[in-house]
Amino acid sequence: MKKKKVIIDAFKAAFPHTIPILAGFSFLGFSFGVLMNVSGFSFWYPLVMSIVVFGGSIEFVAVSMLLSPFAPIQTLIMSLMIQARHLFYGLSMLDKYKNVGIKKYYLIFGMCDETFSINCSVDIPEGIDKGWFMTAVTLLDHIYWINGSLIGGLVGSLIPFDTTGLDFVMTAMFVVIFLEQWMKEKKHYTSLIGLFASIICLLLFGSDSFMIPTMLFILFLLTALRKPIEKGGGLE
Amino acid sequence: MTVTQQIITIAITAIATIITRFLPFAIFQSKKRQTPKFIEYLGKALPAAVFAMLVVYCLKSVDILTGSHGLPELIAIIVVVLLHLWKKQMLLSIAGGTICYMLLVQFVFK
Repeated sequence: MKKKKVIIDAFKAAFPHTIPILAGFSFLGFSFGVLMNVSGFSFWYPLVMSIVVFGGSIEFVAVSMLLSPFAPIQTLIMSLMIQARHLFYGLSMLDKYKNVGIKKYYLIFGMCDETFSINCSVDIPEGIDKGWFMTAVTLLDHIYWINGSLIGGLVGSLIPFDTTGLDFVMTAMFVVIFLEQWMKEKKHYTSLIGLFASIICLLLFGSDSFMIPTMLFILFLLTALRKPIEKGGGLE
Repeated sequence: MTVTQQIITIAITAIATIITRFLPFAIFQSKKRQTPKFIEYLGKALPAAVFAMLVVYCLKSVDILTGSHGLPELIAIIVVVLLHLWKKQMLLSIAGGTICYMLLVQFVFK
């Protein structure tokens, strides 16, 4: 009984912190579900993907992968590159996700951008179990995302308006993320390297096969220019 | 793509995600080793470059020489940026830009 109270208290304390994500994930998850639906996929696809993948950007990218010819190696490399930022979330959470028992595995599994940013920054109130609090944040966010994408996947083509252009939601999301990053940084070396490498490779290799060269080019430039980037304040 | 190929594609994205989320814990949590400096550097340098790459990836099929010459995309991106600079509300910027784009491609640049 005591454990039950610990869990309930943790969820009560966590819920207010997840309200912005409830709004965001309902909208983005719904958009993802609708996009899958209008691309011709049954609701099972967004449902299963949101449960097992639980990563906004990669799921949107996966829609276009599923509509393209089968390319497992490119899918793997691209997924790893898109998701590579999680490596750095992990490095930041090594300490916080310690000593929380078996829940640790779910916390790491469900560590999307938004969940990470809450669990990394929040001050957990006195008397609340920190393991259960972070589990509550992770699980609530996960449920919001699954719920949004399931509803989108179900109603999709039934919505009474033309959805042409809805896929722009993904572009808009990345533009905003990029812009936030741009405003945060003092120098724009790394953003510009990303833009430069992608545009050059897009022009050189064409839209079907420019991603892998772009990734390698970015890694090369970041490695070659490490000294000037670090000394010039490009990481602040 | 066959259904099997679709399942494999989804499984790959799931496994790649799981790898990137678990790897730091697998490598660094049990041992008292310092994170290599180069990994720390990449951790700070990669995100901005990757987000730039993703924006270009989204726009890869835009042809500026034919059709609507990428104008709907350009206008909608400007709307996203202006909304975001003005209100700094992620959802508003995304929703506003998307609605603007949908109106443009459905009514203006048909």
